Amino acid sequence: MATADLSVTEGVAGRGRRRSTRGPRTPYALIAPAVLLMIGFLVYPMASVFYYSLQHYNVTKPWDNGFAGLDNFRQMFGDALFWQSLGFSAKWVAATVGFQLLLGLGLALLVNESFVGRALSRALVFSPWAVSGVLTTSIWVLLYNPTTGFTRYLADLGLGQHGSSPLADPGAVFPAAVLTELWRGVPFFAILLLADLQSIPRDLYEASAVDGASRLRRFWHITLPHLKDAIILSTLLRAVWEFNNVDLLYTLTNGGPANQTTTLPLYVAHKATVAHEFGYGSALTAAAFFILLFCSILYLRLSKFGGDRT
Amino acid sequence: MTRSTTTTATGGPADTGTPTVGRDAPAAKEPVRRAAPRRRGRDGARPWEIWVPLGLYLAFTLVPFYWMLLYAFRPSGTTGLLPWPLTLDHLLRVWNESGFGVYFANSLKVGLVSMVATTVVALAGGYGLARYDFRGKKAFLLAMLCTQFIPGALMLVPLFEIFKTVGLVNSLWSVIVAETVFQLPLSLILLSGFIRNVPRELEEAAWVDGCSRFRGFLVTVLPLLRPGLIAVGSFAFIHSWNHFLFALMFLSDQEKYTVPVGLSYTIGESGSDLGSLAAGGVVAAVPVIIIFALIQRYLVKGLSAGAVKG
Repeated sequence: MATADLSVTEGVAGRGRRRSTRGPRTPYALIAPAVLLMIGFLVYPMASVFYYSLQHYNVTKPWDNGFAGLDNFRQMFGDALFWQSLGFSAKWVAATVGFQLLLGLGLALLVNESFVGRALSRALVFSPWAVSGVLTTSIWVLLYNPTTGFTRYLADLGLGQHGSSPLADPGAVFPAAVLTELWRGVPFFAILLLADLQSIPRDLYEASAVDGASRLRRFWHITLPHLKDAIILSTLLRAVWEFNNVDLLYTLTNGGPANQTTTLPLYVAHKATVAHEFGYGSALTAAAFFILLFCSILYLRLSKFGGDRT
Repeated sequence: MTRSTTTTATGGPADTGTPTVGRDAPAAKEPVRRAAPRRRGRDGARPWEIWVPLGLYLAFTLVPFYWMLLYAFRPSGTTGLLPWPLTLDHLLRVWNESGFGVYFANSLKVGLVSMVATTVVALAGGYGLARYDFRGKKAFLLAMLCTQFIPGALMLVPLFEIFKTVGLVNSLWSVIVAETVFQLPLSLILLSGFIRNVPRELEEAAWVDGCSRFRGFLVTVLPLLRPGLIAVGSFAFIHSWNHFLFALMFLSDQEKYTVPVGLSYTIGESGSDLGSLAAGGVVAAVPVIIIFALIQRYLVKGLSAGAVKG
């Protein structure tokens, strides 16, 4: 998916052949609908977020509204909940993306083997990919239900405690939420990495098998280097996605218990919708955007994306 | 992508250099060596090495789905682990009384319209990107990549203000527009990758035969884009069917709710009625699971086709 996008830029320079049957306006006409939609509903709102971040803007206190300078950002530094939600966001992204990558890679390698029933197995293990965050929540609410849920049967077997939902237990809510997100998120990695695994030339494996290389060595020296860029891109996309993902935590825990599972976007949504602090909410949004952008660039640099592996 | 060529280039000489020696010497043994790994799977795995982890993962995937079906089709008050005697009471109740029939129609409308809109706009833009060089192309690409860092949840407030200004609040169109815009960048990049994989010569041959550029596209490129269009279209449908936050924010009348919004309220009230929650989940799951079952074959193939040459 995203492996294609960077190469577009690479392709531009190398592609010399130009042949257009119409004037040079055609490409602009072709991208115009996309550009207009994105300006109207992405760029403009984003610009207004930056604008409001410098304003006092609260619908319930119109008398206070006006230019705020950097007040909102100053308020942010002293806001314990901001730091807490930022910290939880980091923890959430690291845990969900890390486990999703490990399990997804394992799953992709598994269903890349040839065995009877492979097509059906693939379809079944990939199926949660299509399921929404809210639906995931409703399913896992049923599983975590203290009286009739699956956890009760586990408790009967001596795993866990009777009579409490992990979602209400401050000690268990984080792993419970991560497990829920894994159920839905692992297939994403498995699908993307499987697509990339299939593009590895077979003769590489055959040559190294003849050579007597062990399976682990083949994985380490052929599979992993080949997957490197796909892994970097999919983890980055997924990390941004998990950071911004609100559906699941909003419905599963709603940030609770005691704001323990409040991510930064959840906190912002709360500030904007419940507290009506649009100005401060916008400042938080702007901060989140730059933090995300900075971390992404840093990640691409540190991981030497697209670099030579000789 | 450059990735595949570099791996072959770097890995190639090192791997093919030594095996040529080994391949000549034990010539008689070779067929045996070749045959053995094939029977045991591509990477030389034994059946139990596949089926034990795969079985575990299948259980992790399928038990939650089963749990939902169990609650949805089992009479209230029973606690058996089989949904027997089978009842449709819960399903009929949520469909007729809780309004899921209406939510379903709304979601279908949002999903289908934004699927068509996303695909058409992305197809035009993707063709422009794939087949033309123009000023600002790199900037356009960069902008589309940057949109991936915009947290959708954090755009709620400015988007709400925009829709209020144009009078679309509490209309399904607000959700349709928002979903389309947020789906566009990835769809566009993906489709342009697919279009670049269609040999230019096919189109040029059609022009020689006297086709206009547009007709040439319809006759030669479009039929070959089928897997790509299926992938992008179904991504768009599944995404807007599943997405929750925009519908939650922009729609206030209950008869305008989409399925995820309706379901989220059912989760809130689920303490007493788990059967309704599960039945609502079934309503939410059926369309995406059907689509997933139809497209899952294309999913991996489509992605590898888009990424390999990319």
